[in-house]
Amino acid sequence: MAVLVDKNTYVVVQGITGREGSFHTKAMLDYGTKVVAGVTPGKGGQSVHGIPVYDSIYEAVSKHQEINTSIIFVPSSYAPDAVYEAIDAGIDIIVLITEHIPVHDSMKFIRYAKLRGVCIIGPNCPGIISPGESKVGIMPGHVFSKGTIGIVSRSGTLTYEVAYAITKMRLGQSTAVGIGGDPITGMSMIDMLELFREDDETKAVVLIGEIGGDMEERAAEYIRRSGYEKPVVAFVAGRTAPPGKRMGHAGAIISMGTGDAESKVRVFEASGVKVASTPTEVAKLLKEILKG
Amino acid sequence: MKLYEYEAKQLFSLYNISVPEFELARTPEEAREITQKLGGKSVLKAQVLVAGRGKLGGIKFAESPQEAYELAKKLLGMEIKGEKVNSLLVSEVVNIERELYLSIVIDRSVGAISILASSEGGIDIEELAARSPEKLIKVYVDPLIGLKPYHIRRITEFMNLSDEQKKALQDITLNLYRVFVDFDCELAEINPLAVDKEGKLVPVDAKVIIDDNALFRRKEFAERVYVELNELEIEAKKHGFSYVELDGDIGIIGNGAGLTMATMDLVKLYGGRPANFLDIGGGARADVVEKAASLLLKHPKVKVLLVNILGGITRCDEVAKGLVNALTNYGKDKKLVVRLIGTNEEEGKKILSNAGISAFDSMEDAAKNAVELAKVVRVWPC
Repeated sequence: MAVLVDKNTYVVVQGITGREGSFHTKAMLDYGTKVVAGVTPGKGGQSVHGIPVYDSIYEAVSKHQEINTSIIFVPSSYAPDAVYEAIDAGIDIIVLITEHIPVHDSMKFIRYAKLRGVCIIGPNCPGIISPGESKVGIMPGHVFSKGTIGIVSRSGTLTYEVAYAITKMRLGQSTAVGIGGDPITGMSMIDMLELFREDDETKAVVLIGEIGGDMEERAAEYIRRSGYEKPVVAFVAGRTAPPGKRMGHAGAIISMGTGDAESKVRVFEASGVKVASTPTEVAKLLKEILKG
Repeated sequence: MKLYEYEAKQLFSLYNISVPEFELARTPEEAREITQKLGGKSVLKAQVLVAGRGKLGGIKFAESPQEAYELAKKLLGMEIKGEKVNSLLVSEVVNIERELYLSIVIDRSVGAISILASSEGGIDIEELAARSPEKLIKVYVDPLIGLKPYHIRRITEFMNLSDEQKKALQDITLNLYRVFVDFDCELAEINPLAVDKEGKLVPVDAKVIIDDNALFRRKEFAERVYVELNELEIEAKKHGFSYVELDGDIGIIGNGAGLTMATMDLVKLYGGRPANFLDIGGGARADVVEKAASLLLKHPKVKVLLVNILGGITRCDEVAKGLVNALTNYGKDKKLVVRLIGTNEEEGKKILSNAGISAFDSMEDAAKNAVELAKVVRVWPC
C-alpha cells in the first residue's frame, strides 16, 4: 500500500506539449507511471512520447475512463483554468507543479476543490512518488526506494536530499509528497499525517518544513492532541533566514513576527517530534527510532 | 511588492476612500509650495518602504511654508534603516481625536481572506494582538463568496461608533476590500484610521502589499518592483534566480529554495557565516550557473563559495561547466567548495577535476570544509 498514488493511478498530463510537460511525461513513463492521456487546448490529435493529446480534459476522460489523477504543467496565468477544468471533469487528485500562481487565484481554486472533495497537491510542488508503483511529479526517481517512511515536504530538492539519505539507510519510502512552497497549498501537513496514519505500510513520518506561516506549528499541535501513533521526525529549513525576506519560495517568509524556524523547532520538540539538525540526521534518527 | 504610502493613498482615492489632501514633494521648494497651498501648515512624511519611520524621525510637522522648506531639506536624502528618502508626502494635518485600526490580509492558516479591526489604532497590531486580543476582531471572508453585509456589520458593531461613523466605516471597509481583490493584495492596511475632531473617519496612513506573482496583470506596478531591490538582487532577478543578501563571508549557491536554505543553516551550524542565499532554481544551464557563481565570486564579502547541487532536472555537467568558467574569470583569490550529485554526476565531476576541483558527495562534509577554509582565508594577511 501507499497513499495518494499507486499501481492503480492513471494520469492525464495537462500542458503535455510544453517543454516541461513533455520532458516529465517521458520521465514518468520511464519510471513506470501509467500516463494515458495528455491535454493541450488546440493541440488535440497530436501525440507526445506515444501518448494521445486531447483538446480538453473532458475528451480525455471520456476516451480513457480509468483516469483518476492529473498533473499540471500549465504556465501560471493559465493554470487556474486548468485546475477548474480538472475539478469539473471529476478528477480525484490534481498535482499542480506550476510556480508563481497569484495567491488570490490559488486560494479560490483550493476552496473550490475542497467543496468538491478533490485533493490538490501544490501549487509550486515536485509532486508525489510511491516508489516502485507510481511517480506523478518531477522528482528524480532513483533517489527513492520502496520502504516504510512517509515523507511530507514544503520543498523540492531538499525532499530528494532527505529521501536519498533514507534510501542509503535502507529504510526507503512508502510515499513521498511535496505539498508545495506557496503560502496556501491544497494539502497541508495535517492532511498528509492523517493519510499516513491509515497506511499500514508507513511506519514513521518525516515532515520537512521551512520558515513562513504556521503549518508546522499546527501539525505539531495535531500530533500532540491526537496522540499520533507513528513516530514523526522533522527538519526545518531557514534557521539563518532574515525576517521579511522571501527565501525563494513564495511561502518562505518570516512576516509580522511569525514563521521563524526556531519557534517551529521548539513547538515540534514540545510535541514529542524529534527534530534533525541536518538532512542526513533525519535518516539516522529514523533508524534509531525504528530499531528501538 | 510594497507600495509607498502615496501610491497606496492614490489607490484608495481611486476607490472612493477619501484620504487627507496631499501632494508629493521631491525638493524643499515643492514642500514649501504645497504647504502654502494647504493653508500654511502641513505634515511631511518620508516615503520609504521600511516600517517604523515615525520613531526614526521620518515624520515632521510644519507650522509654516518656510518651516516645511527647512524640514524637507533635512528629510530629503536622509536614510531610514538604510533606505534613502527621495520624496515626501506633504499632507494636510488631521486633528486626531481617536485612532482605529483596519486591515485586510490573506490568511495562510485558513486559506481565506481575513479582515482585522480594532478600536485601538496607531500602534503595532501584533503587539495589541498579544497584549489584549479582546480589543481585536477578526472576520474571515470566503473568497468564493466575497464580502457580505453581515461581515461588515460584525466589524462596525464591534467598534463603538456613532451611526454616522458606522456608515462611514462600512463604506471604507467595502472599498478597501475592492482594492484588496482588484490589486491582488497580500495586505491592505489603514493604521491609524483616525476619527478627527469633527467625528469624521480619516485614513492617516496607508499600507498596501501586492502579490509579486500577480504583477503580470498589474503592469502599472510591474516595473516598479526593482525599486525595493539592491543592485545584486536586481541582477539576480533578471537572470531568474532568487537572491538574498546576508552578512557573512561564505557565499552559498544551491538548486531549490529548501536545499539552499538548509545549506546556509549547515554553514551556521558548523560555525561559519553565510554571505547570501542564491537559489539557481531547477534545470539551470551552464550560462546561468556561470552568472550566479560570477556574481558571488566578484562580491567583495565572499571569501569562500559553497555550491550545493543535487541534480534532478539540473544536470551536474552543466553546473560544472558554469562553475569552471566563472572560476577562470573571477576566482583568482577565492576558494570554491562544491557538492555535486545526481543527474550526469560522473561527467560533472570529471569536468571539475580537470580544472583541479574535487567535489564532495555529502552536503554536510562540503559545508564543514567551507567553514574551515573561510577561517583560514580570514586570518591571511593580504
